[in-house]
Amino acid sequence: MYAQMVKTASSGVKSREEMSEQERVFQDKIDADIKIEPRDWMPDDYRATLVRQIGQHAHSEVVGQLPEGNWITRAPTLERKAILLAKVQDEAGHGLYLYSAAETLGVSRDQLIEDLLAGRMKYSSIFNYPTLNWADMGAVGWLVDGAAIINQVALQRTSYGPYSRAMVRICKEESFHARQGYHIMMKMAAGSVAQKQMAQDALNRLWFPVLMMFGPSDKDSVHTAQSMAWKIKMDTNDELRQKFVDQTVQQIEYLGLELPEPGIKWNDETGEYDYSDPDWSEFFNVIKGNGPGNVDRMKARRAAWDDGEWVRDGLMAHARKKAAAKVAAE
Amino acid sequence: MNNEWPLWEIFIRGQHGLSHRHVGSLHAPDAEMAIKNARDVYTRRNEGVSIWVVEAKHIAATAPGDKGPLYEPSESKVYRHPTFFDIPDEVGSM
Repeated sequence: MYAQMVKTASSGVKSREEMSEQERVFQDKIDADIKIEPRDWMPDDYRATLVRQIGQHAHSEVVGQLPEGNWITRAPTLERKAILLAKVQDEAGHGLYLYSAAETLGVSRDQLIEDLLAGRMKYSSIFNYPTLNWADMGAVGWLVDGAAIINQVALQRTSYGPYSRAMVRICKEESFHARQGYHIMMKMAAGSVAQKQMAQDALNRLWFPVLMMFGPSDKDSVHTAQSMAWKIKMDTNDELRQKFVDQTVQQIEYLGLELPEPGIKWNDETGEYDYSDPDWSEFFNVIKGNGPGNVDRMKARRAAWDDGEWVRDGLMAHARKKAAAKVAAE
Repeated sequence: MNNEWPLWEIFIRGQHGLSHRHVGSLHAPDAEMAIKNARDVYTRRNEGVSIWVVEAKHIAATAPGDKGPLYEPSESKVYRHPTFFDIPDEVGSM
């Protein structure tokens, strides 16, 4: 998802007998769906895992602005341009909500950004794929934000209060994103033969990268048990992926597009769609930094941080000067 | 010198004449910029008609451990609620 393969800081799920008194009280609260708040006691591993997960989620929101920002100046109409601008602005806000949630755990935002720029933290693999044309703006909003919603709706119930509240706020705004994307697809699928072909191509190209957003298959997912016991992961990767496939097939059919791969078939026994696995070696390769866009994305983030430094410093210097003058006048 | 912008807590009064309510936080160099940023981040969809910003370090708060001594005493004082008193129907609304 926007947070993939977050390494859980833990040596395994402890039984009640192995827990200290504090840990038992903590786990009881989680089991009773009582939110953990910033100043409550929490295990160091819970805190460390949350910082990684929320930090990665925040980085994904911010890096996720790049593939769409690429098309703001080339939107086909003024209205589409204003809509895309509003969506990309929302993503900046989502990044902010999440950095704020992470900061309540005792880490600074600047530190998280430096960790990203130094390659110590990651962002979602999906944003390392290029957006080649306007149809991709439709497919990204529809599929990428659609996949994110499935994960984030579940995370509204997460155990950490500030993270949960950030998710509630984000989910409210996210359905605008998915709908505006689907609306672009509707327009193109009902357009000329060439436009419909562009829509089909965007769906085909992004399908597997979007399935990868949910992270590796459960059988290869080593971090799940503890994160689920702590309720910082609410469903397994495969459960969320299945949900996404099931809801998306109908949306593809409404557009009148072909299914993106031949493995998608209704299964009467399971009552769900079967689908083909993505190429997981591609996923691990992108995560390692070798996707088509990794180098450019990091270059853009570093340039934004470095080129913005004089503005951050200048505004801070001005604020200090004004505060000092005010003290002197009093 | 650490030039990370300080953290501000943002409070917004919604449309319906209610009190200002905490909606989140943001970083800004000073109060004026905090208000401008809060307007951009927290009121893009008509969520509010008034903004308060307070630098986070100025907020004093109770500690989680104080919960017992602070709030338990009121649990035994059920007579503070109007439903504690049985008033006969004949009396009319009260």
